[in-house]
Amino acid sequence: MTFQPQEAWDWLLASPLFGITLTLVAYKTARVVWERTGRHPSLNPVMVAIVLTGGTLLLLGVDYDDYMEGGRYIAILLGPATVALALPLYYERRLVRQAAVPILLGLVVGSAVSIVVAYTVTSGLGGDEALALSMAPKSATTPVSIALAESFDGIPALTAVFTILAGVLGAVTGPAVLSLLRVRDLRVRGLAIGASSHGIGTSRALEEHPTEGAFSGLAMGLNALATAILLPLLLLVLR
Amino acid sequence: MITGLIALLLCQLVGELVVRTLDLPLPGPILGMVLMLALLLVRRPRSRSGLVRGPQALLRYLPLLYVPAGVGVIAHLSRLGEDAVPIAGGLVVSWLAGLVVTAAVTAGVLRVSGARKVVR
Repeated sequence: MTFQPQEAWDWLLASPLFGITLTLVAYKTARVVWERTGRHPSLNPVMVAIVLTGGTLLLLGVDYDDYMEGGRYIAILLGPATVALALPLYYERRLVRQAAVPILLGLVVGSAVSIVVAYTVTSGLGGDEALALSMAPKSATTPVSIALAESFDGIPALTAVFTILAGVLGAVTGPAVLSLLRVRDLRVRGLAIGASSHGIGTSRALEEHPTEGAFSGLAMGLNALATAILLPLLLLVLR
Repeated sequence: MITGLIALLLCQLVGELVVRTLDLPLPGPILGMVLMLALLLVRRPRSRSGLVRGPQALLRYLPLLYVPAGVGVIAHLSRLGEDAVPIAGGLVVSWLAGLVVTAAVTAGVLRVSGARKVVR
């Protein structure tokens, strides 16, 4: 028998056990901190858990790919969880049906404005063409935004990062900004958060109010579709 | 509970297959959400039914499921630093524009149509 802590450590860092345990511990810690501070919005659990997990990886010198050996077992549940957003939508079906026209108009206009502003402001502030094209689809949920970046000369990895940052931004500040603007209607609040911050925003909206969460999930789905249709058309004008 | 998980997985599975077969510009799970909604509308499950408890169980942990993808940001920190101004500016301004315009248009059309507000 030999004493080989280095081998054991190397094995651990490359094993799925590491990524799964780290993520769950970071998330649990983030939830406890959030509860202890009276659910303070600036300590949003998703953001805190990402910072704790990412910080640990940087500190230990672990690659993202090695972390994802375990991380992907958690990420794979995102598919069925997105399907599960049908449940809050089902409970709010009457409200959705009543407001179908305002919902569609708000989403189409909001989605178009978001794409145009993302492209023009990013290039206006000195970003190159590829950077502006990577920013343009960022308010759509990740599978769509990444696919659009691939098709339209953006950098998919950067689009993934921008999409996540837009989500975190909405989860942390979205409800506060809407309250500041005196937007009180739960349907409008949910739609605006889901349209600008997709699933990460939706996870926050669900914690605010079930109706807000349902409309946010709906907006995420419709915005994915709107962005996929509008982006190619708007780029014809913008580029 | 298992019934609900099976329903979710089957909806996603059909969604993924349809999206790929027809080359639709949508993620499979989003189409899966539409299929699941249709299933719920047809079955009208009670609150104790697996069709309700399965989705509820997953939704409780929705924030956790975004953490691994979010950690991916660390792989691109240097690029974010290089182009900090256009990235931060473009991201924050367009995010705010999307949020405010969506809210303003929806609220405006709701008001014109005379619908009552839904507040907590």
